[in-house]
Amino acid sequence: MSERLTKSAARNIFFGGTIFFFVIFVALVAQSVNYAIVNGAVPSESAAHGKRIWERHACFDCHTLFGEGARFAPELGQVWLRYGGADDPDGARDRLKDWIKAQPSRVEGRHQMPHFDLSDKDLDDLVDFLRYTSGINTQNWPPKAKG
Amino acid sequence: MKYESQKVAKLYFIGAMTLFALQIVFGLLGAVLYVNPTGLPDFLPFSVVRMIHTNALVVWLLMGFFGATYFLLPEETESELYSPFLAKLQFWLFFGAAGAAVVGYLFGYYDGRSYLEQPLIIKLGIVVVALMFLFNCSMTLLRGRKTVISNILLLGLWGVALFFLFSFYLPANVILDKMFWWWVVHLWVEGVWEVVMASILAFLVIKLTGVDREIVEKWLYVIIGLALFTGILGTGHHYYWIGTPGYWQWIGSVFSALEVAPFFAMVIFCFMMVWRGGRDHPNKAALLWTLGCAVTAFFGAGVWGFLHTLAPINYYSHGTQVTAAHGHLAFYGAYAMINLAMITYAMPQLFNRAPYNQLLNMWSFWITTSGVAFMTFTLTFAGIVQTHLQGMLGMSYMEVQDQLGLFYWMRLGAGGVTAAGVVLFILSILLPMGASTASSSARPRPAE
Repeated sequence: MSERLTKSAARNIFFGGTIFFFVIFVALVAQSVNYAIVNGAVPSESAAHGKRIWERHACFDCHTLFGEGARFAPELGQVWLRYGGADDPDGARDRLKDWIKAQPSRVEGRHQMPHFDLSDKDLDDLVDFLRYTSGINTQNWPPKAKG
Repeated sequence: MKYESQKVAKLYFIGAMTLFALQIVFGLLGAVLYVNPTGLPDFLPFSVVRMIHTNALVVWLLMGFFGATYFLLPEETESELYSPFLAKLQFWLFFGAAGAAVVGYLFGYYDGRSYLEQPLIIKLGIVVVALMFLFNCSMTLLRGRKTVISNILLLGLWGVALFFLFSFYLPANVILDKMFWWWVVHLWVEGVWEVVMASILAFLVIKLTGVDREIVEKWLYVIIGLALFTGILGTGHHYYWIGTPGYWQWIGSVFSALEVAPFFAMVIFCFMMVWRGGRDHPNKAALLWTLGCAVTAFFGAGVWGFLHTLAPINYYSHGTQVTAAHGHLAFYGAYAMINLAMITYAMPQLFNRAPYNQLLNMWSFWITTSGVAFMTFTLTFAGIVQTHLQGMLGMSYMEVQDQLGLFYWMRLGAGGVTAAGVVLFILSILLPMGASTASSSARPRPAE
């Protein structure tokens, strides 16, 4: 390395630069937090509770949500729309709940989803959560609607 | 080894290798579920297998960092640890919490987000463990010699603890939730963990090559500077599609593309120091792991990260096996290998059996690294096919999975090779293989 860069200069650049970039980062995150508070507002208590169901059963350890999580099972950010929630909310809700209740399929060679003991209210709340996520503006991701 | 209290590191390294083995077992089970989804009993669904696989990884790496710190801190500060007893107590608390978490997972006790599935009580336990550790190390540092390596290492470890606190923030707003999940995950592995890794690397390079400390320390500042200048705003590459504003696509693309720089600097640094250094250190295996760590981290974290970090590419590859490919090689190269390098360097001293037969250890290096590399290649191909069929042609997830069977079989095979390498590594460290070969005893002793 160049002899012109002394150790104390390297140290000062490190600390100064780190503080500089961290301050910019925090400022941008603060701006995004304000954006998120408006654009990601939770519509109902039930959707918030549905998110807790999602977390307590580690759904993300098989599925992705906005592409994040495990890749063992389909993306669920827009599953509400795939099930026709935009035109037929009651039908979509029933179809999603029936799907969850019918697992595991035990079809040989097909990825298996465990059976979860969820009350009807829990299932409704989970569906409310997935309905909420389908309304988030994800910059047009995913590229194709099928998950 | 000059200081009695360094011996606590042995406990941490053995604990780390135990959890490493557990991680590999559950990795294999996960790979089996990809090729034979009905092949395991109902109490082992993929979700639980994955959470044990990833959690065991994170905990054994942290345990390795703790052990490495307890080993190098007395030598750097030229004083005994503040409290070896507290260090032992901390180990058993951490190991106990990890064991309790794993058993709990098998019975359905988990809650939170990916990698952070620990129930609240375990998360609080982790905070207590971190505070015990930081107190012990900071007190040691305060009363001893303050080197750049020990200062920077402690700075990184304080950062690790600080950012873990965001695991307690679990807002109902899904955008905020995801944004601050990355404050733990990204600011760990592409931030403060790199600082910890670079410090341990610098310590190993001084010991193994004998290069002047002044030069190494200057390099250390440059490397961690590059890591944080790019890595902090590089967080933006996780903020593309999670409901955050569009400007992150520019910030994330530009800064995360530069995240390859610190890893490239580490490769240059390690090879230059070895080339310059005059010392013929007898622990060739430790040198192999040290150089291998820098090179594999460059490919895994640097090249494989760059592969899918630009927003227009990530738009299609996001959420596919490309991410899994990058994750495996990056974690192995940067963080598993730095720990295995440190264990290889320290354990013969801790067992008081240096110099020892390193042939088995070097075989384990090549076998494990080849296994993980091949696994990465198979997942990369699977991910590219998946990106094309799903992201471009719009096939459904399940239809695409049927096309990927061959890659998943090859991944399972690569996992088997990796597991064999890990078994050899653990045997090479634990078995009493003394200086039985002529080659190892004929070499000159190190200067320190």
